[in-house]
Amino acid sequence: MDVIDTLAGLAPQAHMRAARPVARENAQKSHDALFAPTGEDMMPMSERLAVAAFVAGLHRDAPAMDYYTGLLEASDAAALSPTVAEAVRSGLAEGPYGAYPPGPLSVEDVPGPVFQADPAGLGPRLAAAFDYAHLLVYHPRDAGRAHTETLVAAGWNATDIVTLSQLVAFLCFQIRAAAGLKTLAANL
Amino acid sequence: MTDIQTYDHQEPDVFTQDALGWVPWLPPLEEADLTPRHWEALVQKSRSKMPYFMLLARDPDILEYRTRTDLDIFFNPDAGLPRADREMAAAATSRFNGCIFCCSVHARFAAHHSKRAEEVQKLLDEGVSARIDPRWDAIIDAATALSATPSTFGAEHVERLRATGMDDQSIADAIYAIAFFNWANRLMLALGLPTPPAGG
Repeated sequence: MDVIDTLAGLAPQAHMRAARPVARENAQKSHDALFAPTGEDMMPMSERLAVAAFVAGLHRDAPAMDYYTGLLEASDAAALSPTVAEAVRSGLAEGPYGAYPPGPLSVEDVPGPVFQADPAGLGPRLAAAFDYAHLLVYHPRDAGRAHTETLVAAGWNATDIVTLSQLVAFLCFQIRAAAGLKTLAANL
Repeated sequence: MTDIQTYDHQEPDVFTQDALGWVPWLPPLEEADLTPRHWEALVQKSRSKMPYFMLLARDPDILEYRTRTDLDIFFNPDAGLPRADREMAAAATSRFNGCIFCCSVHARFAAHHSKRAEEVQKLLDEGVSARIDPRWDAIIDAATALSATPSTFGAEHVERLRATGMDDQSIADAIYAIAFFNWANRLMLALGLPTPPAGG
């Protein structure tokens, strides 16, 4: 199964993806590396699936929400699903917003919400990941040293912060690639 | 305990075609740490000199597949969108999301491949409301719509791209380039910060 094809509703042979077979194969391998990892001592699957369902929800993208919520609900972490759904409801915003380094671009600064997940349902480590995911989805230009400090203080090591960042950023790619190709396929 | 770097340089505060540097918050791997799997994941050996890729090498699988996706979207010359237009899509996406580092790299590539540095500079100076010509305007507007969360990309964006002479493959290339920079911008913005041009 190719997840971009699934999210976009494309047939496996869709002609507009045929000339980029390496991108097609490696976009799927990227998904598999994040959601079926083979390494040891890596970011736990329950956290990966909860963050993915949250990121899909923040995008308000129905195919991605169905897919990633489905993965979460079919996993050992299914009990987190209502908490994730509540976090999505309280976190919805419109991006990108955020501030530039003070200077000539400050006139382009756009204010927006700073999300704080409720650690009661998620635990402090996953709550910190949700706050970071919300930052990356909606206002990545606000990201700074303090956000990495917050993750470290919540128990995230350097390798897991790389994996978490890749996971959120990859989904921002995958969801847009699928949505764009779906729109193209409907307007040939 | 994980070490987080502190930097005291003046962060670049304008969009520029100058060559900026980039430094990470978290410690990259060192060459001495690399296994054969890490070297394979870097794809190009020269990337071991770049702290961004050496930080991403902490998770080698996703680094390798990210890199191979990137290279096919931007460097595969078989049909589709000219390289200059793919780079314009990357630069416009980076301008909209606010990634000064990514925008500098891909604005330079767009200027190099199009020989239109002044028109590229309009995007940097004026932002995504800059008007250049029908094709680049359609690419900039597609980048803005597809990069918004939630996306506002629709039939009208496809039609405007097509009206500039793009076939289905070219439009798919634009979509891939925009989508990919929504990945790249977030990594660059989250994991470190740009440094000023050398000597600047």
